[in-house]
Amino acid sequence: MSARLLETNHDPLKRIDVDGVTVDIIENALRNAREEMDAVLFRTAMSPGIREQGDCFPMIANKEGKMVVGQFGSFIGPFLEAYDEEIEEGDIILTNDPYMCNAAVSHLPDWVVLVPIFKDGRHIAWSAMFGHMSDNGGMVPGSIPIQATTIFQEGIRIPPTKLYKKGVLQADLLELILHNVRTPQWNRFDLNALVAACNTAAKRCVELAIRFGDDVLFSTMDIMLQRNYEAMKHIIGMFIPEEPREFEDYICDDGMGMGPYKIKCTMWREGEKAIFDFAGTDPQAQSSVNFFLNEDMFKMFFGSFTINVVDPQIVFNDGFYDLVDVRIPQGTLLKPNYPAALSGRTHALGRIFDVLGALLGMGAPEMMLNAAGFSDSPHLFFSGYDSREGKGNEWFQLFQIGFGGVPGRPVGDGPDGHSLWPGFTNVPNEFIESYFPLRIERYETIPDSGGAGLHRGGNGLSVAYRFLCDGDIGIHDDRWLTYPWGVLGGETGLRSTKKLVRADGSEESLPAKVEGIKVKTGDVLYFNTWGGGGWGDPFARDPELVRQDVARRLVSVEGAKRYGVVMSADKTVDQAATEVLRAQLIAARGDNSALFNFGGDLEDIRGRCEAETHLPAPVKPTFVGAK
Amino acid sequence: MSYRLGVDVGGTFTDLLLINEGTGETHTAKVPSTPEDSSIGVLNGIARICDESGVNPAEISRVMHGTTVATNAVLTGRGAKVGLVTTAGYEDTLQVARSFCPGGLGGWVSFVKKPLLAPLELTIGAHERMSADGEVVRALDEDQLRADLTTLHATGEVEALTICFINAYINGANEQRASEIAAEIFTDTPISISSDVVPEMQEYERTETTVVNSYVRPEVASYVSNLQAALDDKMGPDTQLSILRSDGGLASARASAESPVNMLMSGPAGGVSGAIYFCSRAGYDNILTCDMGGTSTDVALIQNSRARVRRETIVADVRVRAPSVDVRTVGAGGGSIAFVPELTKALRVGPESAGAVPGPACYMKGGVQPTVCDANVVLGYLPSDVQLGGKMEINREASVAAVQSVADAMGIDLMAAAEGIIKIANESMFGALRLVSVEQGYDPRDFALVGFGGAGPLHANALGVLTDAWPVIIPPGPGVLCAYGDATTQVQDEAARTYLTMAGDLTDEQLTADLMELQVRAGDALLKDNIPASEHEISYQADLRYAGQAFQITIDFTEAELKEKGVALLTGQFDAEHEQLFTFKLDDGHEILMIRALAKAKAKAIAERQIGQTGMSLEECKIASSRFYYEGDWYDSTIYDRNKLSTGLEVSGPAIVGEMDSTTVVLPGYVATVDRVGNLLINPQGSN
Repeated sequence: MSARLLETNHDPLKRIDVDGVTVDIIENALRNAREEMDAVLFRTAMSPGIREQGDCFPMIANKEGKMVVGQFGSFIGPFLEAYDEEIEEGDIILTNDPYMCNAAVSHLPDWVVLVPIFKDGRHIAWSAMFGHMSDNGGMVPGSIPIQATTIFQEGIRIPPTKLYKKGVLQADLLELILHNVRTPQWNRFDLNALVAACNTAAKRCVELAIRFGDDVLFSTMDIMLQRNYEAMKHIIGMFIPEEPREFEDYICDDGMGMGPYKIKCTMWREGEKAIFDFAGTDPQAQSSVNFFLNEDMFKMFFGSFTINVVDPQIVFNDGFYDLVDVRIPQGTLLKPNYPAALSGRTHALGRIFDVLGALLGMGAPEMMLNAAGFSDSPHLFFSGYDSREGKGNEWFQLFQIGFGGVPGRPVGDGPDGHSLWPGFTNVPNEFIESYFPLRIERYETIPDSGGAGLHRGGNGLSVAYRFLCDGDIGIHDDRWLTYPWGVLGGETGLRSTKKLVRADGSEESLPAKVEGIKVKTGDVLYFNTWGGGGWGDPFARDPELVRQDVARRLVSVEGAKRYGVVMSADKTVDQAATEVLRAQLIAARGDNSALFNFGGDLEDIRGRCEAETHLPAPVKPTFVGAK
Repeated sequence: MSYRLGVDVGGTFTDLLLINEGTGETHTAKVPSTPEDSSIGVLNGIARICDESGVNPAEISRVMHGTTVATNAVLTGRGAKVGLVTTAGYEDTLQVARSFCPGGLGGWVSFVKKPLLAPLELTIGAHERMSADGEVVRALDEDQLRADLTTLHATGEVEALTICFINAYINGANEQRASEIAAEIFTDTPISISSDVVPEMQEYERTETTVVNSYVRPEVASYVSNLQAALDDKMGPDTQLSILRSDGGLASARASAESPVNMLMSGPAGGVSGAIYFCSRAGYDNILTCDMGGTSTDVALIQNSRARVRRETIVADVRVRAPSVDVRTVGAGGGSIAFVPELTKALRVGPESAGAVPGPACYMKGGVQPTVCDANVVLGYLPSDVQLGGKMEINREASVAAVQSVADAMGIDLMAAAEGIIKIANESMFGALRLVSVEQGYDPRDFALVGFGGAGPLHANALGVLTDAWPVIIPPGPGVLCAYGDATTQVQDEAARTYLTMAGDLTDEQLTADLMELQVRAGDALLKDNIPASEHEISYQADLRYAGQAFQITIDFTEAELKEKGVALLTGQFDAEHEQLFTFKLDDGHEILMIRALAKAKAKAIAERQIGQTGMSLEECKIASSRFYYEGDWYDSTIYDRNKLSTGLEVSGPAIVGEMDSTTVVLPGYVATVDRVGNLLINPQGSN
């Protein structure tokens, strides 16, 4: 079963020699084309998620579907295998179903548009882009239902489908799809924008083929893939040990009372080949927190983390896939059986980066190991009918992504309240206030939330949302139970919390994953994200830097003591008291040689849970369901 | 006799251009810049140009000035210590900086954040709140603010103060009041408030822009007042000093000292203005400009002799919401360094630059790495055996040795490596030219391409081949074109307000009334600078988008057009532009974000000047014979002296045209003609 490309011109593309300079020129031009895809999308898309936050990813692939430029790696190969249809010039394919494309996209709100690029009747390349839609129908506004137990509850499933046939929009189909979502106008525009971006890339590829020749472009794409192969071969030899190395981390819970779920990975090298084996990862979850991980996508994560070391200007691509073997056991959190729910995959997706970072860094921690980062993309949903005067009870639906502390790193302190995702930005609060019934009363970093260390972890953010009309909220966050770990003697970062203060003054702690909470006009939600872990010995940090952090309100006077630094009343460092305190604390802590500081073992953490978080501890996961 | 003087202060040189307003006669001079106090270089230059031309300084009535003082303060981190007052709860707005980490996946691992321009230890929160509709939700707590400002003042650290409150773009009343209170405490410190500097939505961008204004303000103010005093002293008290703004308009010295954030792109704006000046007089109203300097190249698209203005200015890592000529910059210049990463064996050019020190290898000032300039020397485009107008000696052996290192790393021969470097640099500039043309829906073949800056004329012909934009125009004095631009633009000011109104809800009468109010405010600034209302030219702008889009398009229009069509004028023009850009339009949902009135002083004509040495034959303009390498072959070429070439002469490629600070390459198969304003027009041979 596989797709068949219909060509009217049957002359095969030929592999020819291309001089190095021409390759470099085409490489530049393809890089520009990819950036242009982003530019077109941002300017024409309509939902805040895509246009302000940049939740979308472009790609240009060669004829076989290997990504030549892009970000998250190609999903075209798996898609072509699964798509048993003919494809011809002018067709544009749309899908959102992870189960139909081998997890090319990992949950239904991500809609992928795929354009086969033709020139003179010959298929020469692909362009594709996916973007996160504001809504996909299903149980809850925003379509990421925590309580879903099957994918059928997560909204409309679009199997690989021709949105355009030979250049003609299948309008009935589009209307059918849009009829099933809560934000048809946003989705219509965003989809339009995805198509426009892919068409732009297609146009650029055809122009390049005209300028340099079809065979030159075809061959150059192979050479660009080969460049990555060579570079990654070197990197694998350099960074991946033959001796297996393992690491495990967790997502805290599944939103339905079970957790934490373990993600375990073992890494080693056999000859030229790197192997990543996820044996030992917990079984799939009962709810939507499963992350259906495409093996190729993981290869891309691995590659992009390491390639910058050798040639930061290289156009990164798929060329090295044969050098990496990824093994994910079926039926686990990372490869759940159909029809498991998948929409809340953001936590496990994020956590993969902490696991990968730890595995790669632990061989040379002083040079390469970062503490646990802001490995998530917390969501807030707020929806309802705008009952304020003059707003006509219009439906509104807000989707906000939260940001937190970047960890302490070999290069220095972690930035406060930043994103670990490429290209992501927050939505300006003034924008939100002018279009949604909300007032954001505070938007500030949380002092002392970054883990103490020689290099401080970045602080988390506290955002205070005051609701200006009644509505429903949903929250997706993690690291409320397990800690953002520190490394090389660095402390853990502060965990995430959510507090709802009702208009009458009563307070409640909300779970990290919750939906359907009714809020009233005047209620305030404090959405507090977590801080990054600390890097290195906090007692070795220059007291002057601690003083500066205190002056900047990033660390409190009390918090300075975690660095063994005592502040005087005049806001300078009390040198003598600092020396005494540091000596005491160093003596008291004893052995400090553990590479990782997880904030205690899992059973301790579970035992302290209710007292510390005011939330019941989740129970150990078990799974009964489809096999 | 009345003279006007254009002065462009660049990083390395200060260029001056003196124009006799009656005869059009010009004199130029180039003196070293004096970065510690740029006014010294300017005065040195004035002394030199008056000395060489015999013009009495007292005859210079107007000095028009493009300056990088503000830009350099940002680039070198030498601006003022800025104190910041935000709405309480928003003190960390700059620290969080929209949460953005640059780079791809894993880019955060190596991201090192630059220190804030307003440090957190000098930031305080004021208890106040404005709603998104502009209503006061919480009145300003004046006593608390007074106490906190007093504490801030007591640190003795604050050299400039910024106030930026949430939603102040829609109602600046709380900011105004806070500013009055601050002025009682910070009696001798400049205060910038966001609702004055940039009344636009988005708290991070508005705060950053206002802070940058404060950051460069003391330095710019003292520079401007020193210069004005020195000019008054030398030229008499009536000398009118104006400064070129990023958007291509001139501002009075007074106005620019108050909002220097509008001067960050003064230099590139001067180049664009100069290019427009020469091209429009030659009949080319649609041009692509390519200003290639030592470290970077600025390109812009000009339609109908009017530069597009973008409401964003970017200087290094600093990105502010200030209007500037829509110039795109790429890190490819004459000094860009070529290298070959060991593993991938790819040829990379830039963005690292050899700068002025150590400089390209050929100048023998310590540089050994191969630069674009060295590749030009190796290929013979920059002749080493003939001394042209420039005063710097060129050593070809040094360039050969440098470029050979790249050739060896790639395993190719010297000439192929040199051509490779040039091609990569050209491709990078071509990418920028495409960005402003093809990617905005314009076909470069409908434009002429203008090459200037020190290195632009070397590459312009090749860029013409890539873009197919003909003719390629090399204006007179391509190395001092910015000074031409400075000397030939007009004083301008604007008044704007955030509108956020759906076009469908707006009557023609309301829109007209709102614009007329802005018109009065814009004209006031010119009146303050003694430009009578009879000399004002008024035009209008509105920023539109389809409600929900992040993107916006600025529509320009006149009062007459507004009277004729009303609101439909805006929506119609927006639809047309949107369709050109993105191939589709919608029928409704137009949102008007901002409206603006622009007041410009009417232009004063300058007479045409005499070109070259009339009656001299092409043969007599010849300096020497030489040869250069192009597309794999050596060509015999002739070197000509541009100062002698008169109108109508044709130079056939392969040829090189030299002048004081620039060298033009005419490739085989192309011909350069001198037009009546002195431009070199390069076209494919046999074309018309």
